[in-house]
Amino acid sequence: MAHDAGYAPDTLVTAATSETRLSRVVLTIVALGFVALFLLLPLATVFIEAFRKGAAEFFTALGDPETFAAIRLTLLVAGIAVPLNLVFGVAAAWAIAKFEFKGKAFLTTLIDLPFSVSPVISGLVFVLLFSSHSLLGPILQSYGIQILFAVPGLVLATVFVTFPFVARELIPLMQEQGTADEEAALSLGATGWQTFWHVTLPNIKWGLLYGVLLCNARAMGEFGAVSVVSGHIRGQTNTMPLQVEILYNEYNFVAAFAVAALLALLALVTLVLKTALELRYSDEIAASRRH
Amino acid sequence: MEVRVQNIRKEFGRFPALEDVSLDIRSGELIALLGPSGSGKTTLLRLVAGLESPTEGTIFFGDEDASKKTVQERNIGFVFQHYALFRHMTVLDNVAFGLKVRPAKRRPAAADIRRRALDLLELVQLSGLEKRYPAQLSGGQRQRVALARAMAVEPNVLLLDEPFGALDAQVRKELRRWLREIHDRTGHTTIFVTHDQEEALELADRVVVMSKGAIEQVGTPDEIYDHPVSPFVYGFIGQSNCLDVTLANGEIWHEDRPIGLRAGNEPDGAAALYFRPHDVELIDGCGGCLAGLVTASRRVAGTRHLELDLGRTHPPVEIELPPERAASTDHTRIAFRPTRWKLFRKGGRKEAPPIEAEAPVLAATGT
Repeated sequence: MAHDAGYAPDTLVTAATSETRLSRVVLTIVALGFVALFLLLPLATVFIEAFRKGAAEFFTALGDPETFAAIRLTLLVAGIAVPLNLVFGVAAAWAIAKFEFKGKAFLTTLIDLPFSVSPVISGLVFVLLFSSHSLLGPILQSYGIQILFAVPGLVLATVFVTFPFVARELIPLMQEQGTADEEAALSLGATGWQTFWHVTLPNIKWGLLYGVLLCNARAMGEFGAVSVVSGHIRGQTNTMPLQVEILYNEYNFVAAFAVAALLALLALVTLVLKTALELRYSDEIAASRRH
Repeated sequence: MEVRVQNIRKEFGRFPALEDVSLDIRSGELIALLGPSGSGKTTLLRLVAGLESPTEGTIFFGDEDASKKTVQERNIGFVFQHYALFRHMTVLDNVAFGLKVRPAKRRPAAADIRRRALDLLELVQLSGLEKRYPAQLSGGQRQRVALARAMAVEPNVLLLDEPFGALDAQVRKELRRWLREIHDRTGHTTIFVTHDQEEALELADRVVVMSKGAIEQVGTPDEIYDHPVSPFVYGFIGQSNCLDVTLANGEIWHEDRPIGLRAGNEPDGAAALYFRPHDVELIDGCGGCLAGLVTASRRVAGTRHLELDLGRTHPPVEIELPPERAASTDHTRIAFRPTRWKLFRKGGRKEAPPIEAEAPVLAATGT
């Protein structure tokens, strides 16, 4: 044909990704197969096992007083730990991204510490700090304050383990955005708080939301650190992950998987929520990254 | 409002960014801080704004000492290089921000704020775009929003950091003319930073040339161009040639011959001769002149640019001539003499005032 003699537009366009059709298909199958085998299959197993004996048995298992207490405790701990980390995370990210000070690199490294230390060790740290043979334990006990094997200990361990999520999400974002917006607000006469509420917070709200969602998912699912400080008092200091372990060890598989399914569901809801928000506000998110 | 900068020094860590800078800015003036990057011009602007605090020195707004005041108290309008518009706010909200954040007793009513913001948008020719978000605007439009936002607070002084730096050449030219119009209409004392000399010379009432944390020269665009006071200004503003010369008995010598220029009662010794490419005259027969071989010749609009090789290790000298005078000069040897020039003594340029000449010295020495 005369009109396309000399060049073939299609081949030009795909020049950058020159894999053959076969290798593309193979790569896709490998990736999808991996996801199916290691992510979808275990998740499906949890739900199948939970409903093996029917929905009635599932709800009976969740209605058990000890299990119910575990659910409540998990929500309580996450409900305290997540807001705390929200405040700490924003403060830390603000300090690191907007100010120059000595020891900044050290602080940045320190924020990552909970990620690099095994959760069991994190829990152990609090045992060493607050047990009856430690320095702080007896003093606090004399005032009637119980840290270990009680809600405060669980909250402390959870806060420690989930600390990096919000800060890590915000630091690169705030560093990229720089300080010009804040300076502009100040030059227009805004106070520090006004600048934070009207300029900084709207600029970081999406990153903050992701950070909080991830932080929450981890706070509810944390096992290692919480296990060390909990003391495993039934109906009192067992969170959902701990309750799953106990039920499983007692061969109460339906109940174990029922709690596990609920926990997995919370994680799924978190993910769905994140995706839904991304879709709903995709324009705004794109706009806030562009500019 | 007039702004006086007195003996300002600013150090970042241990690096001095500004050293003993003093500057008087008259009320209603449009002044440009011009210099290469690292010359301290942006630092000076941020010090006036209150975004940085000086290591030493004082800044007066009118008769008031502003140096201890916070940026909020100084009531300035600052236009940032990349505008720093609030991306989650509409154009209208951006412009109204400075009024909305005022404490209740100084804040105008909501309807007044809106009217004022709309008026400003009309002034910057953006009427009808008030509901847009910054991301939906072109670079030039964002620039205007930033300016409207800065003017909304009725600032004592308007400060612009490289206001046209992020725009393409065409928009830049247009906005330049437009900014001048706005300034003439509103009369705000305005300081802007630029590294573009054309921008500074075209737009400003006075230009402050800066280099290495110090002010080299302050003057009107004409003064800066016609009477540069230092080799730096001569080299930085416009085109110029620099020749190593020696003085002997009041005559200027280049290498081994006198060039037909006299320098009064100057003591003998080495000096640098500066002249602009267009301030030269061709001479026939060389009885005291500069002479060189034409190595390149380019026609640029109404003039012809000739590159001359003056021999030895010297970098080529460029001169500009009317095309008819420069005809058929390719690869020939021509003789010329600067008509306006300046001498700077080697070493310690601060101590020795430059020797200046505007008319050709006709009394050529007989050789």
